[in-house]
Amino acid sequence: MKDVLLKLKDSRVFLAVIGLLLLSSLLSVLSPHFLTVSNILNVLRQISMIAVVAIGMTYVIITGGIDLSVGSVLALSAVCGAFLMNHGVSMYLAVLAGIMIGGVCGFLNAMLVVTRINMPPFVATLAMMSVGRGLSMVITEGRPIYGLPAQFGFIAGGYFSGIPVPVLIMILLYLIGHIHLSYVKTGMYFYATGGNEEAARVAGVDAKRVKLSAYVISGFTAALAGMILASRLVSIEPLAGLGYELDAIAAAVIGGANLYGGEGSLLGTLIGAIITGVLRNGLNLLDVSPYWQQVVVGLVIASVVSINALRKKS
Amino acid sequence: MSNGHLMRLEGISKSFGGVKALQDVDLEVAHNEVLALVGDNGAGKSTLVKVISGAILPDKGRIFIEDKEVSVRNPRDAALLGIQMCYQDLALIDCLDVTTNIFLGREICKRVLGAIDFLSFKKMRMESIRHLKDLGIELQNVREKVKNLSGGQRQVIAVSRAAYWGMRLVILDEPTAALGVREASRVNDLIKSLKQKNISVIVISHNLQHVFYVADRVVVLRHGKKVGEKIIKETDGDEVVKLITGAEFSGQGIA
Repeated sequence: MKDVLLKLKDSRVFLAVIGLLLLSSLLSVLSPHFLTVSNILNVLRQISMIAVVAIGMTYVIITGGIDLSVGSVLALSAVCGAFLMNHGVSMYLAVLAGIMIGGVCGFLNAMLVVTRINMPPFVATLAMMSVGRGLSMVITEGRPIYGLPAQFGFIAGGYFSGIPVPVLIMILLYLIGHIHLSYVKTGMYFYATGGNEEAARVAGVDAKRVKLSAYVISGFTAALAGMILASRLVSIEPLAGLGYELDAIAAAVIGGANLYGGEGSLLGTLIGAIITGVLRNGLNLLDVSPYWQQVVVGLVIASVVSINALRKKS
Repeated sequence: MSNGHLMRLEGISKSFGGVKALQDVDLEVAHNEVLALVGDNGAGKSTLVKVISGAILPDKGRIFIEDKEVSVRNPRDAALLGIQMCYQDLALIDCLDVTTNIFLGREICKRVLGAIDFLSFKKMRMESIRHLKDLGIELQNVREKVKNLSGGQRQVIAVSRAAYWGMRLVILDEPTAALGVREASRVNDLIKSLKQKNISVIVISHNLQHVFYVADRVVVLRHGKKVGEKIIKETDGDEVVKLITGAEFSGQGIA
């Protein structure tokens, strides 16, 4: 136990945990509504989509890359799924197709990054960001798709033993990802690749394959988030997921991910996503305008990362 | 050298544009031998070890391992032949701990559900502690991330990783250059102890004191040519310095 505590104190997640605890206690004093089961579940449901997107983002950041296309891929996958559903394709098949499209987008990102083209991830995913958004607009002719099957709406609208289904999906995915990154050989290879690609390669790690899978995972999680969003709204608009890439990066970075690669954890990212969610929720409860909320979130990102950097130096 | 050669190089030449970095160099490394490679800056030492470790393809020349000709086209080829170059910064992954670094690429795993390899952290930790102790290395915590280690400790970990992997020839390019006195002597002791593990070592060094301490034999390069080859016990610092600077045999040295 002492071992675990020591390890925790050493890690960059530690700061995020402390921050979350402080923030929560402050908000529970300031607002009587904050610390209620319904409000907490509400916050978790609100963050579930960003949090799912942030899973893939964390994988990509650990390998030293970045994925700016997640918001567009989210929209494209959901739009395709919704389009198919409304054109007589069965719900399950349409959802599956939408998620596969996310995977394909991730694969294309990876092709630009890992092949001889050797494009910087920032540029490759920036291109995909534009293509994905554009295609979503083309398919929908710029209009939202309404009237998805009611059956589809049950997925994200439903509860399972009192917990919203999107929250359960989020927790399940984080659990799988966390076990993979922390305890499985192929998970550790993401850190090795991001830490020192050349050394990893010499040691026999297929760094290209590792990077490729990071972008594919990111495509899949973005698409999954898109399905959750479409299901919750029982509709989807081509501008869905706008700016999600920045929220996902923020969650990962607050959770201790290092944009230079080699560092980061899903536990940290989840806490990072919860912090931004709790912050927004708390500021809402305290009647702070959404404009100021953006300012506060930005300041939190800047301070968490600075404190981490200073801690590392000392 | 009654036990035969581990490696033999024959007529290695390499030019970069008009610069002849290596000219017709022959080199032999015996089993369980520490060979020091010395020479002034630009003498061709680094180019030569890069040829051996597969980082550079020579224009001409042949490489033999235990009398069998081999082709070394890249570092993977070299590693498969049991040759590993140990770069202080290139070989290790900073954000991973000592154990993970030693085992990277050859992890001990437990297979679950027939497909997922879970890392056996405990086994690897015990094994790396045992292995390091074997080489006379006391490290407080094998769970420490490599980036928190000193230069000497990193060098030691890089070398012991190569040793653990059953390498037969470890190449070190100025392993003690950036180290303090105590750390340097630790690395030097480690180099000597590799002999007992059946590993030969080529070490590039500018520090003749270290060369005389660790090496069995010294090869001197000057302007891309081999200008001297001495058994350490039969030579002294003055002679080696003269070979390096070309004060003696000058007619032979510079083309």
